[in-house]
Amino acid sequence: MTDQTMVGEGEFYSVGGPLADDKAPDGEIQTRWERRKFASKLVNPANRRKHKVIVVGTGLAGGAAGASLAEQGYHVVQFCFQDSPRRAHSIAAQGGINAAKNYRNDGDSIYRLFYDTVKGGDFRGRESNIYRLAENSVKIIDQCVAQGVPFAREYSGLLDTRSFGGVQVQRTFYARGQTGQQLLIGAYQALSKQIDAGNVEMHARHEMLDLIIVDGRARGIVARNLVTGELSTHLGDAVVLATGGYGNVFYLSTNAKGSNTSAIWRAHRRGAYFGNPCYTQIHPTCIPRSGDHQSKLTLMSESLRNDGRIWVPKKHGDNRPAAQIPEDERDYYLERIYPAFGNLVPRDIASRAAKNVCDEGRGVGPGGQGVYLDFADAIKRMGEPAVREKYGNLFDMYARITSENPYKQPMRIYPAVHYTMGGLWVDYDLQTTIPGLFAAGEANFSDHGANRLGASALMQGLSDGYFILPTVLNNYIGSQKFAPVAADAPEVTEVETLVKERIDKLLSINGDRTVDSFHRELGQIMWDYCGMARNDAGLRKAISEIRQLREEFWKRVRVPGTGAELNQSLEKANRVADFIELGELMCIDALMREESCGGHFREESQTADGEAERQDDKFSFVAAWEYAGEGRFGGTQEPVLHKEDLIFDYVHPAQRTYA
Amino acid sequence: MKLKLKIWRQKNAVDAGGMVSYDLEGVSTDMSFLEMLDTLNEKLIMEGEDPVAFDHDCREGICGSCGVVINGDAHGPEQTTTCQLHMRSFKDGEEIIIEPWRAAPFPVIKDLVVDRGAFDRIIGAGGYITAPTGSSPEGNSTRIPKPDADAAFANATCIGCGACVAACPNGSASLFVSAKVTHLNLLPQGQPERTTRVLDMVEQMDAEGFGGCTNTGMCTVSCPKEIPFTSIANLNKEYRRAVQQSNKA
Amino acid sequence: MVETLSKNPRVTGFGTLHRSTIGRKMIMAVSGLAMLGFVVVHMVGNLKIFFGETEFNEYAHWLRTIGEPALHHEWFLWIMRVGLIVALVAHFWAAITLSRHDVKARPVKYQAKRKGGYATTLMRWGGVTLALFIVYHILDMTTGTVNPATTNEPYDRITSGFGEWYNVVFYTLAMGALCAHIWHGLWSAANTLGWNRATTAGFRTFAVVFALAVAFGFLLIPYSVVFGLVD
Repeated sequence: MTDQTMVGEGEFYSVGGPLADDKAPDGEIQTRWERRKFASKLVNPANRRKHKVIVVGTGLAGGAAGASLAEQGYHVVQFCFQDSPRRAHSIAAQGGINAAKNYRNDGDSIYRLFYDTVKGGDFRGRESNIYRLAENSVKIIDQCVAQGVPFAREYSGLLDTRSFGGVQVQRTFYARGQTGQQLLIGAYQALSKQIDAGNVEMHARHEMLDLIIVDGRARGIVARNLVTGELSTHLGDAVVLATGGYGNVFYLSTNAKGSNTSAIWRAHRRGAYFGNPCYTQIHPTCIPRSGDHQSKLTLMSESLRNDGRIWVPKKHGDNRPAAQIPEDERDYYLERIYPAFGNLVPRDIASRAAKNVCDEGRGVGPGGQGVYLDFADAIKRMGEPAVREKYGNLFDMYARITSENPYKQPMRIYPAVHYTMGGLWVDYDLQTTIPGLFAAGEANFSDHGANRLGASALMQGLSDGYFILPTVLNNYIGSQKFAPVAADAPEVTEVETLVKERIDKLLSINGDRTVDSFHRELGQIMWDYCGMARNDAGLRKAISEIRQLREEFWKRVRVPGTGAELNQSLEKANRVADFIELGELMCIDALMREESCGGHFREESQTADGEAERQDDKFSFVAAWEYAGEGRFGGTQEPVLHKEDLIFDYVHPAQRTYA
Repeated sequence: MKLKLKIWRQKNAVDAGGMVSYDLEGVSTDMSFLEMLDTLNEKLIMEGEDPVAFDHDCREGICGSCGVVINGDAHGPEQTTTCQLHMRSFKDGEEIIIEPWRAAPFPVIKDLVVDRGAFDRIIGAGGYITAPTGSSPEGNSTRIPKPDADAAFANATCIGCGACVAACPNGSASLFVSAKVTHLNLLPQGQPERTTRVLDMVEQMDAEGFGGCTNTGMCTVSCPKEIPFTSIANLNKEYRRAVQQSNKA
Repeated sequence: MVETLSKNPRVTGFGTLHRSTIGRKMIMAVSGLAMLGFVVVHMVGNLKIFFGETEFNEYAHWLRTIGEPALHHEWFLWIMRVGLIVALVAHFWAAITLSRHDVKARPVKYQAKRKGGYATTLMRWGGVTLALFIVYHILDMTTGTVNPATTNEPYDRITSGFGEWYNVVFYTLAMGALCAHIWHGLWSAANTLGWNRATTAGFRTFAVVFALAVAFGFLLIPYSVVFGLVD
């Protein structure tokens, strides 16, 4: 890697020493995990119950980890902000879960899944981790079947699979359009058994507000009971954050309303590096917003693009109803620009193309923020009953939300924020830069590079939770000595005081703007300047606007009620305050990365025909950001960038083309 | 749209609570029901009042967090979750009565928020298949006839929202319990624990204080995931079978 | 955490079925079906009245001789009566304890107007109506205590009893309650006992037809008396 000065360096951030993962063994990738497992320290089963592991989050990663650790004999203390561990947002995943089972005999293999994932991530992921993910995928299916997850089956009684975005094998296992739900319920049931047995101490409706570090190691958290407002400190020997992604920084996203960055952001502020914060996945097929009241966006499965044709009118500002626009005045732009892949180009490409035609003023629907996804041809070809059979539930959902009949008029769709590839930087052992603090699932940055393939998020969450964390935690706990931490140790009381002060501060401002109004404004800034296309000037503007917004937030926010009760405004205020800080870091990361890769499109870095252009000579690294304290501008102080160079021994980087 | 809202307000678990009326203007027919409540809350906050607390999360009908009784119907007039209900299902000027789920095992925490921990405890009592991580055989080693897999899936779609309890005149959790028992007991993997599962879950259901089933079918009608009423017959059948088994033992 | 009702000891077999809600429902279903069996036989037997006074009275006396000489006179009837009383008591006990449990499960009522779920109310109040009717019916037709008839002959009791308008009205109301009770109770019992076709449209239609047939069969007699077809 060349040592030239980076854009924004010195102005928005400084560059620190390089970072490397020192946990993955060298040599043959196929045996790295095997060798790592063998080299790991073990903990005597009788001793495990003496060790307390704190797990925050109960989605696929957290739920699976909590259950598996408890089965091993650890004393698990687990948290979720929802009223039940069954409600984590993993539940909303529709499509499926990839696994290299090769049940179809179509040439699939662990190596091919590994290859597809590295390439799909636009060569910005770590090979060792991705190979292990592919390896574990096979065991995940076995585990879930054993738990009673009702995967779709063929008439033979064998497991069914289907194809999914961008790959040529049929390796996606599914349970109709509710795969995430079924997998999560499986993990939740395993966890519930352990809760009932007393091996997991479950704290639902509790939100982690800070991390406790003693002697440089993560030893506990401070959590708020969302019902009573009571702050409590929980100490243990290791802390696992499985708290999901931060797409809600955009206010409008397909994430659940409660999904937030607070746990990982608090950990970041205590020293955990944040990896690739700007990598955001924007999903092309969501239902457009219907007005200012919009509170969230709803995804329509990618599978619709198999039979639907995407178009906009050729004329700018053509307000005629779709049916009155004649065929030769329609622009099937994906088919025009990408004749080879047509409507089935990858998510990032489809999203950007939609944005481009809308920016040209050819968008449809309210505010011109939409494109048509037309099933007229499919209905003509297959007949309405066949279309209904295949997509009925999605059409119904669309009709319920929009009150339009997609059998009679084309659907309107628009891209929306869906997933964040970035997250806490972790090594091969999923350990952050704070010893004893582990991050799993969407909360870490690890396996998807700059773009996640469809049906891979569920795979990663479960791989981390069922198979990786139990091993690496054994190793961590087995190789350390743990002196008990006193409840009144200064490291503990200091954090408790800070948390309390922050809550008191939020409640005392009593300004003239609601939390939501700040969140919407932040979302608008992020969407405008750090959304589907980003450029230098816009990102600089965004950073300055976010800093202003942050200042205003701490002066003008109004949080009614008290801290000693169920106070949903206070919960939101805590989260939005963190989102504002994270938003700034995302923009700085996006500004620094002057290349286009995966979900990150820099307008300055595109090919002659407008496609994303990676710059491997300059940016083949993971950006791991170190928090450097409160900043002069009311933002965070210039964060420190540490680069982890990416080494590709197996899959060699190439430019993606879809034309 | 202009609406007259009558909402159950209750400061905390021990407060007596009562209905409070609010007038709300500028409601769009495209709003979801929860967005309408968001609008009311933004207004209340700016007027210095306490916003209405309600549970919600995914807002796409799958997490099961949301749920209020609207004009006497659990989840309102359409058979869907509260978050997927839209204001076009109401008339301009209509009075809308909004209440929390009512059942002894679901005590009100605040306003429209109730504690559904009883459901978690029922699942913990037996609503699982024991399969410790690492112990599982190859996924295709046991075939499952497609009809069984499909029926198990149909029952597994339950989102645990509690509408069945709220809608039942007896506050019974039979539909919820039957969905889980049917899902797991249909599968070959679920057989070893088939007997204890249903006995333990029913025992926990009773201990939580849910009422008994009187076969009114109100639960199925309000279930956003359309868990069939026959699942309750199946629960009873599994129960009868389990009692018979324990008779022999 | 909700204050839970005290945990009953575990159900360990059919002998301890009464400990759970579903167990009590099964007791209610089985006892209900037993009584329904009696009601059907009773109704069919009553229809013998249309073959005339002699045959009807002979039939009534024959009922007392069933099982003879193995059984002593009227023993069969007493065995039936004891069985019915046991069923009735079990049915009532299950209904009362379950109803109390159900009412406790919804301590705060909804303010909005209730929509549906009337079957439960109908069963509870219908059950009470039927209980009162059974007492009266025994005093009227079995012991004759409140019957205006001058003889102890069953035929006479029927024609005299239904000669009074209030008896006809009460009897009609009771048969309405019986009809409603069977209507919901028959398929409900099947459902409770785990017959998964209990809720099919076919079986529910059957339950309706069956309930109407039973009520119609019983009501034929008082109205035949009223309209002079039997006298």
